[in-house]
Amino acid sequence: MLPCTGRIEESLLLKAFENGADGVMVIGCLEGDCHYVNGNIRARARVERVYNILDQIKIGPDRVRMYNLSAGEGAKFAAFANEFVDQVIELGPSPINVARKHEVQESPQEVET
Amino acid sequence: MITGTPKPIEEIIEMLEPYDNIIVAGCFGCVTVCRVGGDKEVQILSSTVRLAREAAGKKIKIKEVCLERQCDPEYVELMRPYVEDYQAVLSIACGAGIQFMAEKFSVTPLLPGINTGFLGVTERQGEWAERCQGCGDCVLHLTGGICPVTRCAKSIFHGPCGGSVHGTCEVSKNVTCGWQLIIDRLKSLDQMENYAKLKPYKGWDKSRDGGPRRIIREDMI
Repeated sequence: MLPCTGRIEESLLLKAFENGADGVMVIGCLEGDCHYVNGNIRARARVERVYNILDQIKIGPDRVRMYNLSAGEGAKFAAFANEFVDQVIELGPSPINVARKHEVQESPQEVET
Repeated sequence: MITGTPKPIEEIIEMLEPYDNIIVAGCFGCVTVCRVGGDKEVQILSSTVRLAREAAGKKIKIKEVCLERQCDPEYVELMRPYVEDYQAVLSIACGAGIQFMAEKFSVTPLLPGINTGFLGVTERQGEWAERCQGCGDCVLHLTGGICPVTRCAKSIFHGPCGGSVHGTCEVSKNVTCGWQLIIDRLKSLDQMENYAKLKPYKGWDKSRDGGPRRIIREDMI
């Protein structure tokens, strides 16, 4: 949890993918309703940049998405989360996780007998 | 500041193909200000390269560093104790910084991560424009603070050419005629007499035409 999506930098989102995330959703306040004036607008621009990076390196741009919600929209939050999870399930594991799975299968750990 | 733009990631990935243990080196100077080569960009580029390489089944190890300036020896030397532990350095400083590192570290390949642009200004966030070509013989005091070498596409010294139409340069409708800007400015400053003081020709020997330049300040040596 961050106090404002304006704190989110591109590297933080990319790190999530390095750490094995198949998808990352960023949820900020409603546009025009930022306590820090334009934190969520900055976040949107950064999410868009990461979207383009993921597209260029063929990880899949749709694995990152930004949503805007107010704190009182619990039902909408659940709907957005379900929508994004469905989207990521449809995309399948990220190429990073696929490569790591292959790596583990190719070099199984020795089992003591 | 010296500006630049990131190289396409495909080009960087291709450049890094032979290596699996590198340094990505940023610079806290100009390239940090124009958001192309600072600490944050080091992190973004490093993550991007690691992700791309791992997805392709060819992992790469990256040491992330950002020097105060890559164009000054005292900062470049900070990398000397460990630089040879790595196969290459991908630098996202300007071309001057990259070359300076290459001179200092003779056995380590230096790779450019950005395309260096020009000496310019920030017109608004995310937009930079060229203002100086470092011609070595400044005439801004005679031209209302507007550089004919940079702002005129032909770098001419005697007023607008025939390609200037309604204040726009023939090169592009998005380029304002530098000489129109100069004359408008001289008029507003009531300094049109300066127009007659300009040299009939410009000696380019202090510019690039004399080969790579060097400044020696005896008082500082």
